Amino acid sequence: MSEVIVITSGKGGVGKTTTTANVGTGLAQLNKKVVLIDTDIGLRNLDVVMGLENRIVYNLVDVIEGNCRIKQALIKDKKYPELYLLPSAQTRDKSAVTPEQMQNLIDELRADFDYILLDCPAGIEQGFKNAIAGADRALVVTTPEVSAIRDADRIIGLLEANELKRIDLIVNRLRMDMVKRGDMMNVSDVCEILAVNLIGAVPDDEHIVISTNQGEPLVGSDCLAGQAYANICRRLMGEEVPFLDLEAKTGVFSKLKDLFRKN
Amino acid sequence: MGLMDLFKKKSSGDVAKDRLKLLLVSDRASCSPEMMEKIKNEIIEVISKYMDIDTEGLDIQITQTESEANNGTVPALFANIPIRDIKHGK
Repeated sequence: MSEVIVITSGKGGVGKTTTTANVGTGLAQLNKKVVLIDTDIGLRNLDVVMGLENRIVYNLVDVIEGNCRIKQALIKDKKYPELYLLPSAQTRDKSAVTPEQMQNLIDELRADFDYILLDCPAGIEQGFKNAIAGADRALVVTTPEVSAIRDADRIIGLLEANELKRIDLIVNRLRMDMVKRGDMMNVSDVCEILAVNLIGAVPDDEHIVISTNQGEPLVGSDCLAGQAYANICRRLMGEEVPFLDLEAKTGVFSKLKDLFRKN
Repeated sequence: MGLMDLFKKKSSGDVAKDRLKLLLVSDRASCSPEMMEKIKNEIIEVISKYMDIDTEGLDIQITQTESEANNGTVPALFANIPIRDIKHGK
């Protein structure tokens, strides 16, 4: 039984691609067969975040147009032999693919994979419609900002209208120092406003930038963001995992930082 | 809040939350700013027949209110229309 999950947000730059890379890698760490599909035709990015940009021969549009077989376009991950990437086309646009074609492609992949993750482009146009067409459930990524939450609300409405069975929320880029002094909405504020199930809260973490620089997802590593992503993967698989105490850890950290700043 | 307000300015996180709540009510009711503007203008037009109102101070928005029938909140149209003078028919 495979599960098809679309990672979406409405607004750009909130961390969809980073989330897709880390959740996908995390599921592979849990010995699942996973394929990541970059559906952002024209603006491909997932390959770079995964560090697989030099291995691309064929892409999503090639598969759809029948220029190659699916297996030829799938790129095997550097570390995990059960993790694959289907890269997007860089020189085409969203209209190169239709929702029906996406659905057919996904149905073909279901036989070979436990999880199919779809990295959705920003916006609510063609690219979004393509990405959600074959999905069973959705991960909506937002940051604790007014604009991102507003867009997430719109996206949730559209997902519900398209009858997605499950919608879960990831609150990304939390800055606990700011939350603490009341200058950023906290996770429960965001959940209250959007009224969907929370599946993860990821702190704003320098390690994310470093891992993206290196093209190696950090899920499972020692840092807070790495732990948060690992927990999301376990929750996706149905496990009950308590939420990380972001406040306690960063609290001490920011206090230390403040101390150094004063001196 | 309450007592806290006396000592502390509202934090920007709370401001964001309040703004969002209002924003989403009108978003979800799919009520565009243009439509709100039209409603506002027509209300002004109607009320002006009977009273002299302060159109500058007029405030109209879609908010949430406690439902009278059952629990939970429902969207409501809220209008604050300052009256300058009531016209006593000519």
